Amino acid sequence: METLLNDFSIGLFVMQTVIFLVLIFIMVKFAWKPIMNSLNDREEGIQNALDAAENAKLEMQNLQADNEKLLKAARAEREAMLKDARDMKNKMIEDAKGEAQAEASKLIAQAQESIESEKKAAIADLKSQVANLSLEIAEKVVKEELSNKGKQEKLVESLLGEATLN
Amino acid sequence: MKVTQHSFKFLVLVAALFFGTLAYGQHHEEKHQNDGGEVNTNEEVNEYILHHIKDSHDFTLFSYTNDAGERKHVGFPLPVILWTSEGLVTFMSSEFHHNDDGHAIVERKGLKFAKIHGKIYELEQGATRVKFDEDHHATNAHKVLDFSITKSVFGILLVGILMIVAFTSLARQYRKKAIPTGLGRVLEPLVLYVRDEIARPNIGDKYYRRFTGYLLTVFFFIWVLNLLGLTPIGFNVTGQIAVTAALAIFTLIIYTFSGNKGYWGHMLWMPGVPVLIRPVLAIIELAGAFLIKPFSLLVRLFANISAGHIVVMSLIAIMVVMKNELTAGGATALSFVLAMFITLIEVLVAFLQAYIFTMLSALFIGMAVADHDHH
Repeated sequence: METLLNDFSIGLFVMQTVIFLVLIFIMVKFAWKPIMNSLNDREEGIQNALDAAENAKLEMQNLQADNEKLLKAARAEREAMLKDARDMKNKMIEDAKGEAQAEASKLIAQAQESIESEKKAAIADLKSQVANLSLEIAEKVVKEELSNKGKQEKLVESLLGEATLN
Repeated sequence: MKVTQHSFKFLVLVAALFFGTLAYGQHHEEKHQNDGGEVNTNEEVNEYILHHIKDSHDFTLFSYTNDAGERKHVGFPLPVILWTSEGLVTFMSSEFHHNDDGHAIVERKGLKFAKIHGKIYELEQGATRVKFDEDHHATNAHKVLDFSITKSVFGILLVGILMIVAFTSLARQYRKKAIPTGLGRVLEPLVLYVRDEIARPNIGDKYYRRFTGYLLTVFFFIWVLNLLGLTPIGFNVTGQIAVTAALAIFTLIIYTFSGNKGYWGHMLWMPGVPVLIRPVLAIIELAGAFLIKPFSLLVRLFANISAGHIVVMSLIAIMVVMKNELTAGGATALSFVLAMFITLIEVLVAFLQAYIFTMLSALFIGMAVADHDHH
């Protein structure tokens, strides 16, 4: 311990203190400050660049998601449109079918109606013709009959015989 | 690239200055009494190692004895700056001629100075040479305040300049580009490491910015000095207790002055414990904050680095002291393998100690500024 204390040189201590103080001052002012600032700037720059890249990546992902969404929407729309078209087609066919049916049944009904009326007219005509014919026949028959007096009397007699008075 | 070229030129310039002065040692050819030349015995090895881990007024790279038996030192002198009874005195350390036992006397302003065991003494009026008592303490001289540019101060300055050059060049690079090149590419991860692994987790996201400058400075200062200590240049700056004490006191001052209400409240009047125990706890807490924490910081760094130097040098000394048992080749091989292994560990310790000092500083600061909103 005594040698240690004896070896302790106050002069060296003072010199070391003074030189080291000056050294700290010079180093801080001319070396450490500019170096630290540059390093921090550089690190910030790198961080910013990394952040920007990350942002770009996120944006890209968003864009991709958007695209995906758009694509999906477009596909759905196409699907819907196709479905609509198909439905419309079916409906049109259906409608056309119904209409045709209705038209046909209407026509048939009309036809039946006209047939019926024609038939009625024809029957009426037939009836009147038959009546006329029968009248003419009857007339002719009557004329024939009445031209022969004997016969008329015989007829009257037969008729009278038939028509017994009770 | 231009920045790197500039700093490279600067390094070349530093190296040129460094080696240009090497020739100085050649002029001093006298034999030194206490510089025993060859180091052979255990005692000499011990003394050599203990001498090495101390601070020194000269910058000596190596010494040798020439054919004429003269001791030569290769290195360069450093300025000695003293605050004496007559005021400021300066001269070059070469005036002591590598003498370390008080025999070489330097005269300035009518005062006489001698260097004894790495300390500079001022002789009392009228004395012409240092007198010693039985314990080899000087009786007619006293220590002076020594602000010399010693080897450690030189190392501190060198590391300071290296740090300023390296990191201002890194700071300049960011003006032109976001990613640094060359040396900056090596330094940037280290700066980030201290910020993200030491400062931020220990202090918290809210406050760490204020203290990052200090923590970075401390981390690189200690680490580079630790690494320089492993080179053959032989610095032992972070193994000087004065240096580690100064660093620990910096941390102490920072966490004491940035302590918030919660910190002081918990220290002086701990909530949630019986009132009678609170003063006792306050004493323990105060001792912890002002003595134990800085002391643990300063001793850990000092002891680890000094121990590392001693171990490496002791292992190298195996080459000398076990020559008889293992033959010259065997001792050299053993010493080489062990020293190499320990040096690798010391490279790790150099980083580890810088990390621990910085981490604990950050932890202490973090404790002082933490929000105590959980009560």
